[in-house]
Amino acid sequence: MANLSNVSSQVKGRTITQKEKAKKAAKTYNPYGFSGKTNIFMHILLASFSFLCIFPFIYVIIISLTSEQSLAQNGYSIFPQEWSLEAYRYLKTMKDQLLSAFGVTLLVTVLGTLISVSIISLYSYAISRKQFIYRKQFTFIAFFTMLFSGGLVPFFIVVTQFLDLKNTIWALILPLAVNAFYIIIMRTFFQQSVPEAILESARIDGAGEFRIFLQIVVPLAVPGIATIALFSTLAYWNDWFNALLFIDNPNLVPLQSLLMKIENNLDFIKQNSMMSQNSSLLNSIPQDSVKMAIVVIATLPIALSYPFFQKYFVKGLTIGGVKE
Amino acid sequence: MKRLKKFGRNLYSNRIWLLMTLPGLIWFAIFAYLPMFGQVIAFKDFRYDADGFFASVKNSDWVGFENFRFLFSTNDAFIITRNTVLYNLLFIVLGLILAVGVAIILSEITKQKLAKVYQTGMLFPHFLSWVVVSYFVFTFLSMDRGMINGFLEHFGFEAISWYNEASFWPYILVAVSQWKGVGFSSIVYLAAIVGIDRSYYEAAMIDGASKWQQIWHVTIPMIMPIIIILTILNIGNIFSADFGLFYQIPRDSGPLYSVTNVIDTYVYRGLMTMGDIGMSTAAGLYQATVGFVLILIANYIVRKVDEDNALF
Repeated sequence: MANLSNVSSQVKGRTITQKEKAKKAAKTYNPYGFSGKTNIFMHILLASFSFLCIFPFIYVIIISLTSEQSLAQNGYSIFPQEWSLEAYRYLKTMKDQLLSAFGVTLLVTVLGTLISVSIISLYSYAISRKQFIYRKQFTFIAFFTMLFSGGLVPFFIVVTQFLDLKNTIWALILPLAVNAFYIIIMRTFFQQSVPEAILESARIDGAGEFRIFLQIVVPLAVPGIATIALFSTLAYWNDWFNALLFIDNPNLVPLQSLLMKIENNLDFIKQNSMMSQNSSLLNSIPQDSVKMAIVVIATLPIALSYPFFQKYFVKGLTIGGVKE
Repeated sequence: MKRLKKFGRNLYSNRIWLLMTLPGLIWFAIFAYLPMFGQVIAFKDFRYDADGFFASVKNSDWVGFENFRFLFSTNDAFIITRNTVLYNLLFIVLGLILAVGVAIILSEITKQKLAKVYQTGMLFPHFLSWVVVSYFVFTFLSMDRGMINGFLEHFGFEAISWYNEASFWPYILVAVSQWKGVGFSSIVYLAAIVGIDRSYYEAAMIDGASKWQQIWHVTIPMIMPIIIILTILNIGNIFSADFGLFYQIPRDSGPLYSVTNVIDTYVYRGLMTMGDIGMSTAAGLYQATVGFVLILIANYIVRKVDEDNALF
């Protein structure tokens, strides 16, 4: 008897677990998505790749916090033997240079974004309106620059000799101010999001085109304009190429460019100290961790603001098609 | 005369729109069209003239195709063309497969909140400059301190001097470019996939299509237009390389030039380190012209196949 009841309870138990399993399966079964094992595998795949995308930044932060001795002994390790704030303390001695570079980058980014957004939205709004009889020609003027380029050397000569912008802040701002691709995107955006009927009624009320643009069109186009502003801000913040071409003056070097030069600067100090056999100076500069500390402070503003603007970025990328 | 009058009237009645386009027009004139005109330097022996840009261009002597002959007489022209085209081809094919793949997976996995988290992670590298990325890569490839040599030595292999060993760089550059770009390029495809009408999938399911069949017969055909447009654009740009990738990531290391020198880095070095303006301009004009022809051809082919998907 005891055995029998045992068996029956076992059977009962099994049926319950089977029922639960079926319930669970029904819950996880997604008619639109992957099923079961494939789904888990895909999750693991994407999770590992997205971790791989962030990992180098974490790695650099760790290196910047490792003592120079640990670095010399164990190389760049994920689990350093000895943590240290030495690198960040050393940055204080470079305070002037760093602050100047931050200032240049900030000025270029803010001013550049304002100029860029103004020029691009005015141009693309004009070519999005049917009243403008030369809209086709002006669209072509912008579009053609996407197909054929003047090349680096003539561009360089124009900026240095024709405009004479070498070693000025404008050499960092103007070359990035306009981008034909954004103009085409914004034109589509204006066509779709600013209905002619609203503008017509404003015109009947006697508003001028510039007033209509500022008071009606811009508020309607905020999502698009914000996207262009975001693209532009990132382009200016991350730009080092124009500084590489046009800036020799150490007071005008932006942050990214300082990052490129710091390597040479520190190597220079190192070589000098090696030549003079002054090893105490060599040891006093936490070379690698300082470099990584500068990488960290140059990247941190983006890394911190990134989760907030990413949403708009993703949305903005898909607002306007390229096609007419 | 009458036409001129009408043109004048048209200009006047469109003055407000012309005024709006004016700043952009000036920018295009100076930063895009003036350099295009400046390409004539490629046919000249360029000399700086104190009287400014136009005087410099005008007073330099014509040399015909001398600069081009010089460019193509060296082995460099072949190497930089080969590198540029092959890398870009790899980037286009691999980039397309990975980006579409990631987009499909992101759209199909359960727990869309997690999918958003993955996307945030994958997009992160796109926002970093190549300078920062080159430091990232250096932490892995540094000869004496890098992570990879650390592993190699730990398992008893010899350390590799990565920045002097050209044979690894094709793989490294491809990996880095995909690492930086996949998250970004998948966004557009993901948006296209999300926009597909769900009833197509329901119909496919009723007909008994498996998930893979749905992807193959519904998702991919539905996003084909955007795939084609982006691919034409990429093919049109096959002659222009991402300067940052090829200049910053190998840290301008000389022994790697045979596999890292592309047209863009060649032009840059010709201008900034060798000061050979004529030949650099010739290389730039060669790049721009072939690129222009390629994009016209690609667009022409697409228009023949399917007019709706052509770019212009």
